[in-house]
Amino acid sequence: MLALHGLTKSLPGGRVLFSGLNLTIAPGEFVAVMGESGVGKSTLLNVIAGLDTADSGEVLIAGTALSGLDDDGRTLLRRDRIGFVFQAFHVLPHLSLARNVALPLVLAHADPARALERATTLLDEVGLAGRGGDYPRQLSGGELQRVAIARALVHRPALILADEPTGNLDPETADRIMGLLTAQARQAGAAALIVTHSEKAAAAADRVLSLTHDGLVTHGR
Amino acid sequence: MAADAARPSVAALSWLILGEWRSQPMRVITAALAIAVGVALGFAVHLINASALDEFSRAISTVNGDADLQVQAVSNAGFDEALYPRLARAPGVATASPVIQLTGVVEGQSDGLTLIGLDIFRAAAVTPNLLGRPTAADGQAGFGDAGAVFDENAVFLSPALMAGRAPGQKISLSAGGRTTRLTIAGSLPGVAEGRRIAVMDIAAAQWRFGQIGRLQRIDLKLAEGADRDRTRAAVAALLPAEAELVTRESQTRRSDSLSRAYRVNLNMLALMALLTGGFLVFSAQSLSVARRRAQFALLRVLGSNRRALMSQVLIEGGVVGAVGAGLGLGLGLLLAGAALRLLGGDLGGGYFQGGQPALVFAPVAAGVFFVLGLGCALVGSLAPAGEAARAQPAVALKNAGDAVDPSARPRILPALILLLLGGACAFAPAIGGLPLLGYVSMALLLAGGVAAMPWLARALLSPLQARSIRSPAAELAVRRLWGAPSQAAVALCGIVASTSLMIAMAVMVSSFRGSVDDWLGQVLPDDLYLRYEGPSEAGGLDPAAQARLAAVPGVAAIHFTRAQPLRLNPDAPPVALVAQPVTRDDPGARLPMIGKPRPPPPGLTPVWVSEPAAWLNHLKVGEVIRLPLKGGTKVFVAGVWRDYARQNGALVLTSEDYTRLTGDALRAEASVDLEPGADLDQVSAGLKAALPPELADRTRFARPGQIRGIALGLFDRSFAITYVLELVAILVGLAGVAATVSAQTLARTKEFGMLRHIGVRKRQITAMLAMEGALLGAVGVAAGLTLGLIMSQVLIHVVNPQSFHWTMQTRLPWGLFAIVTAALIAASAGTALLSGRRALSVDAVRAVREDW
Repeated sequence: MLALHGLTKSLPGGRVLFSGLNLTIAPGEFVAVMGESGVGKSTLLNVIAGLDTADSGEVLIAGTALSGLDDDGRTLLRRDRIGFVFQAFHVLPHLSLARNVALPLVLAHADPARALERATTLLDEVGLAGRGGDYPRQLSGGELQRVAIARALVHRPALILADEPTGNLDPETADRIMGLLTAQARQAGAAALIVTHSEKAAAAADRVLSLTHDGLVTHGR
Repeated sequence: MAADAARPSVAALSWLILGEWRSQPMRVITAALAIAVGVALGFAVHLINASALDEFSRAISTVNGDADLQVQAVSNAGFDEALYPRLARAPGVATASPVIQLTGVVEGQSDGLTLIGLDIFRAAAVTPNLLGRPTAADGQAGFGDAGAVFDENAVFLSPALMAGRAPGQKISLSAGGRTTRLTIAGSLPGVAEGRRIAVMDIAAAQWRFGQIGRLQRIDLKLAEGADRDRTRAAVAALLPAEAELVTRESQTRRSDSLSRAYRVNLNMLALMALLTGGFLVFSAQSLSVARRRAQFALLRVLGSNRRALMSQVLIEGGVVGAVGAGLGLGLGLLLAGAALRLLGGDLGGGYFQGGQPALVFAPVAAGVFFVLGLGCALVGSLAPAGEAARAQPAVALKNAGDAVDPSARPRILPALILLLLGGACAFAPAIGGLPLLGYVSMALLLAGGVAAMPWLARALLSPLQARSIRSPAAELAVRRLWGAPSQAAVALCGIVASTSLMIAMAVMVSSFRGSVDDWLGQVLPDDLYLRYEGPSEAGGLDPAAQARLAAVPGVAAIHFTRAQPLRLNPDAPPVALVAQPVTRDDPGARLPMIGKPRPPPPGLTPVWVSEPAAWLNHLKVGEVIRLPLKGGTKVFVAGVWRDYARQNGALVLTSEDYTRLTGDALRAEASVDLEPGADLDQVSAGLKAALPPELADRTRFARPGQIRGIALGLFDRSFAITYVLELVAILVGLAGVAATVSAQTLARTKEFGMLRHIGVRKRQITAMLAMEGALLGAVGVAAGLTLGLIMSQVLIHVVNPQSFHWTMQTRLPWGLFAIVTAALIAASAGTALLSGRRALSVDAVRAVREDW
């Protein structure tokens, strides 16, 4: 589902973040990437999502090479094939929970009524049944992250990217959120790549890798 | 297909836009109102003028009928009637209708009327609207009364004059210096409501009103198939200097030029208000985009492309513009209706006399103003939309707060270029008689001034920033504004635009009023003034009456004057030909001369021309010109004098020269020097007793102070709309301050939460915000005042001379400056304080956890 071939990325000052990265994630597989602060975990996610560009190498998502796409093409790929979960939730404050979740579908020109129906189903699945009409201000951090997970899954993406999804949550809520994310991704058959500092969060993954200056290595090796 | 997929989703756009508006309604309402105000003012001014011009042109066509060509006298003295048979025989002319046309007055009334003498057989083909319907004394129209149309005592009255009168009644009419008692023979059913027209037989009119052998007009109908241009040339070749050929087009141009400059100026000022609205939209949209930086980044991650984000911001601006423009059109209609009722068709400017015009809706103008309002809002949204589309999602999602970079140096070059271009345009000449480049100059100066705000804000705050400030609140306030001058500039651009526009207008009006006040002091040197109320052309004091007045005890000297219209150009309104008691050696004794007058060469008649007359007719001191009097008299331009009373210009002759050249010995006004110790009331009573009885009740006496008061009252009335525009500019400015400061403050909830966490008290934060607001207001006022003063110089030295052809000296309204400064700083500080309190009402812990 996701393949990285010889991916290299440097910062504007010349410091190399990672070089010659290779990685393959199969459909339904859950991979966690750990590493020290500043090593380039978030940048790796941004490069995979087409929000940033690599100096060299190739990213393939469901067989589509990012390097062959322009900005619009990468945007469409993100819209149709990728789901995102962020550390800071990033839920639009002026939209109801249902509309927040339905937004990726509506952006892809889905019928708004059907999109809202699907959003309501997903909100039920993440434990927010009956809250579709509420607004984000009324929710706790854990609840907001559930909304973000529902939004990441609503359009049945092939790949889920999560950047420190439990970073803003207490340990108990973090456990529940990771359980939910893993279960939902597996149920949807989506490949998932999360970057995290948390050993506990990473433990939920099928594979745990560390991003170091030498590349991606199996964690703990 | 891919392009279709990349197209922004309408449903998503509507969710996002409506959601944003629900959460920030005041921001949207303020921006829409700013646009509405500009559109309303522009549209109202246009409607009022269109209505007045429509009324004016209908009035002209009632009197002029269906003539293909018209020969008109250049002055009220008319021309020799011998021209009539020559024109009737001219090749291509089918019918020629001779006309006597005088300005008259009904005894006991001061409102003027148009007295027309017609040859009924000729007029039937050209001006059928002016044919009277004979009516018997019992009110019945009848064939038996038809002979009344040739009766030398008969007069037919339009409905407006007939009100309160009946056929068979006697009426005293004064015109051409004669008063005659006539019998009302019937009505003029073809004349519209509100027009004051009296029609009688041409021969009777010539005899009764001293016009024997003279005509004021000949209407010509061309033969079928006649070559219009050839006929025109043939007719023109037959005309004496006292007559000119006019066409429907030239009359339209003449009526249009009456108020053109005034109209264009008001429209331009309204457009400047609209421009201010555009700046407020820019300000509101920029703040909104800055606040939603992370939201836009998220949308990019979720699959919105750059075009979709740009569309979202542009649609937001477009809808604000459309709602504002729609609202503005409605407000403009209401405003125009109210202004027509309260101020008349010339908004108190004194250009159109007569009935009150009905409001005429102008769909094309409505469309134009709608597009202008929409365009302003879209242009104001363009830069913020670009900013939204350029946002780097990865960076913005990591840094949800404002991206302040104090090390970034504000750019000044684009602002300097705009300011220099603005300065250059101020030196450009008028286009088509209008100061269009003067307004372009003002718009460029405004844009340059606003563009310079980040640099200026930093420059003004640098001395404060460099010092160590003891109060933490003041320290934070100064460093925040110094470090984020671009954000300060966004908040300031609306304030600066509205303040500078308002200051420019206020300085111009104050300078104009001060100059008029000084001028009144110069032109009113005597102790007492007499004025014949009603149209001066209708009559006045004959030499015998003048002598009687001069002999009244207590009168040391009495100076008589008279003004008559004289047309120098068929396309332009007439100038005033004025008889003044000036002497050839010392014209400056009674005229406020500009520059040194020149003595006339022997044998030449001197004429002193007013500033507008010199400008409009390209007259220079020392030049010899030919006036259309007595077959074309050569006169010497002996000097230019300041005159604010007659926008179309005035030519002054000595009293003797005036009588000699026009044959008119009547005088309509007089000024009196009293003997030392003479009692003003006694002298007034003596003068009144010495007046001819028919003039006594229409002659008014006034002291210089009273005339000055009336004149300045008229000035204030004619600038009433300008004062309204000033007030609106202040209100728009204050609303802009409130909206932008409030939005910026509320966007900093997280920062306040952090400050509370590190031990800053609520009171200190509110003090910091009040100080920031006050500093912001002070910087805005400093920039607005400076820019306003520069723009006022363009208004005073470019726009006014090019529009109205008179000059003035700058007077600064210090009191207004103080009020504006205090109001803007107080509004800015007060709004920051209030919105700060609101922002601080959020729990500090929650504030730092806020997602956005």
